[in-house]
Amino acid sequence: MPMTSEASRRFFDLNLSTRSRIAVLIAALMLIPTYLLPLWNMTLYSNQFPDGLRLDIYTYKLAGNKTPARDDLREINTLNHYIGMRPLLEGDFAEFVWIPLVIGFFLVFALRTVVIGKMSNLVDNAVLFLYFGLFSLWSFYNRLYAYGHNLDPTAPVKVPSFTPTLFGSKQLANFTVYSLPGPASYFMVAFFVLLVAAILLTPKTVRAAT
Amino acid sequence: MRTNKKFVWCALAIGVAALMTASAYSGCARRPKIQRGDTAQAAIATYVAPGDLDESYLFYSGGQSGEVFVAGIPSMRHIITIGVFTPYPATGYGYDKESKAMLGGYTWGDVHHPALSQTNGDYDSRWLFVNDNANNRIARIDLRDFKTKEIYGPIPNVSGNHGSTFVTPNTEYILSATRFSVPLPKGTYAPIEQYATTYKGVVSGVAVDPKTGHMSMGWQILMPPFDFDLGSGGKGPSDGWAFWSCYNSERATGKLEVTSAQKDRDYIAAVNWKAAEQAMKNGKYQTIGGTKVIVPKDTPGVVFLMPCSKSPHGVDVTPDGKYIVGSGKLQSITTVFNIGKVQDAIQNKKFTGDEDGIPVLNYDAIKDAEVNVGLGPLHTQFDDKGYAYTSLFVESAVAKWKLGTWEVVDKIPIAYNIGHLCIPGSDTVHPTGKYLLALNKLSHGRHISVGPTQPEDTQLIDISGDKMKLLYDAFTEPEPHYAQVIRVDRLKPIEVYTKEDNKDPNAIWDVKDAGVARTGKNVVVKMVAVRSSFTPTSFEVNQGDHVIIYLTNIEQTTNESHGFGLVDYDINVLVDPGETRTIELTANKPGVFAYYCTKFCSALHQEMQGYMLVRPSAGAKAALLRTPLSAGIGR
Repeated sequence: MPMTSEASRRFFDLNLSTRSRIAVLIAALMLIPTYLLPLWNMTLYSNQFPDGLRLDIYTYKLAGNKTPARDDLREINTLNHYIGMRPLLEGDFAEFVWIPLVIGFFLVFALRTVVIGKMSNLVDNAVLFLYFGLFSLWSFYNRLYAYGHNLDPTAPVKVPSFTPTLFGSKQLANFTVYSLPGPASYFMVAFFVLLVAAILLTPKTVRAAT
Repeated sequence: MRTNKKFVWCALAIGVAALMTASAYSGCARRPKIQRGDTAQAAIATYVAPGDLDESYLFYSGGQSGEVFVAGIPSMRHIITIGVFTPYPATGYGYDKESKAMLGGYTWGDVHHPALSQTNGDYDSRWLFVNDNANNRIARIDLRDFKTKEIYGPIPNVSGNHGSTFVTPNTEYILSATRFSVPLPKGTYAPIEQYATTYKGVVSGVAVDPKTGHMSMGWQILMPPFDFDLGSGGKGPSDGWAFWSCYNSERATGKLEVTSAQKDRDYIAAVNWKAAEQAMKNGKYQTIGGTKVIVPKDTPGVVFLMPCSKSPHGVDVTPDGKYIVGSGKLQSITTVFNIGKVQDAIQNKKFTGDEDGIPVLNYDAIKDAEVNVGLGPLHTQFDDKGYAYTSLFVESAVAKWKLGTWEVVDKIPIAYNIGHLCIPGSDTVHPTGKYLLALNKLSHGRHISVGPTQPEDTQLIDISGDKMKLLYDAFTEPEPHYAQVIRVDRLKPIEVYTKEDNKDPNAIWDVKDAGVARTGKNVVVKMVAVRSSFTPTSFEVNQGDHVIIYLTNIEQTTNESHGFGLVDYDINVLVDPGETRTIELTANKPGVFAYYCTKFCSALHQEMQGYMLVRPSAGAKAALLRTPLSAGIGR
């Protein structure tokens, strides 16, 4: 049965149950680790690097694995220069500025939802976050596309344009590249799942009334 | 015909008889067999599978190569060579400004006795010291990057620094001694006939800064013209003492093999280095050759002489510090002295005479035992079970004997003519009991034939059981003398220099900072090496310019070193990841000269090259034309 505008108005006006509010509060807490843990991880394995060259993408920075014996970001850039790929430089990514800001916004938004306790806030929160998540993935994919398609034509080693893999593994010359979401991504999914759960946890008395 | 036939039969019969006699003779005579280990057992004990690591580092001295060789135990595989007293082109050592200055113009050294630094009588994983017997120097290798960091010397007044680099239990001092006495100060002439009176030896303690490892003169003692040979630092009850063996107490000259082998006993010099420190503090020294030298006859109580069997070579202190073991190479005994008895003899003045004012202790009052080890005993090492192992040069064997009972319990033949032997940790308070290395002087064709110049043979021997077992022959370039061994987990070497490690003020980390600057006739090139190019790719100078190239390798990946070879200019430098090296030259040859990466670094390594363009000065073109083409051939 389609929801009438009256029904939807009542639904959005619903006061959130305590359980819903707790769920939103927990959801808000889920965003804190996203400031500490990597969002995405790419690991490049080859015969010379059986332990893999590891690149961690955080919400706010790009970090190659660094041991006393190796700086992986530097190594990846050194190797990429042979195929004419632009070096990965933190300063080139506007994302590292706006993503932490947006996540901060969602954190405040979620806390606001806990305090105000309105279903409308909660739904806005969830929908906007879903949009943000999908937009970020699209943006990330675009980044990868750009790096793989704007290769310097004078590069010593000519490779056909390619898009580095976003999810899963791919063979690239002598490297097997694994690209997978990092823990911060899982926390962001958890944030969204908890918001949806919060929606479900408030009894839909409005439906019972109609 | 008949006589001929008879003759043939006769000859045949004689031949058969001769063969039978010969085979019978060889059957009953005790002809030593070619030494072999139990193949399967030895193979398993020494095999390190691909991808696996050795248990320990073995630092061999490289003798007259002036180098230190690093191998793995138990595989005995040679892993790297460390350039020390000799330019070592493989690592560009001796070509850049810093290492060139450290070598000080010398082209060789004679590395004999490596010593790992110690704290509380155990290896502390910081430095490896080695001596130069030829040019009287001591070098310090940093175990953080396996590179020579300092060369101290020529040490004043020392001539033939053989009794070195043994250390005291907290690396307070590195021992150093004269092997070939000369008139002092250096530069003095005195006829050889005055050897016994005018020629002098010295023994010294080279002080080590506990923080930086920096070496300086601690104390030096003027000694009679004996040939000081090997040294050993006391520990435990003998802490505060340093010992040196010596031959030629005859003070003879000429053919020493005869003239110095006349007395039945020579000496081990026992130096109370705490008393030497005190004498230095109290100003009880003379200044000789610009160095403060303690003269024993003016400062009693610093040095004593312990008589030791004929022409002693090795002197080794037991891990508990209780015994001093000396071997007279021309007698078949090893003598064990008791530090308690030595101290008692000193206290109660049990002297039998003196040498230039140095008291000679009563032999019978200080010795605990004479162990009948075998022919030509040289050096003794100790395990963790109370056994001592003495190398027997003449007999080509190692004798194992028990401390306390002084009984020889086992003997193993080695191939051939063993010099030093090494049990890991024997010179510390915690010796180990698994392996013994026999550092043999002659290999006599146990290897594939390589012509008349043959390698040394270092044999790995299992000493974990009652019987010693031969495990492995490692043929080494000339010429390991002594060795030091440390477990792999005790060292944590770096493999790249980070920005923080690189303290060179001329280091640059971005190709954008590379460039050329000129001040008058001085040209400074700041150059970057990174796969697979040098930046700048070319630079121009004028003939006669003084050129300094600061070359930084900005790689931060293991093993990505880059070389810098400058064609026709005799320049070859290796720059490790994150390292900066300074190349200094005078552009005296006009023309265009390629520089290129000498160390294969990448798929485009061959392309890693550039040019130094030298514009001829006005008069130079003519000069160049006058230079015959064959000018370089005769060099």
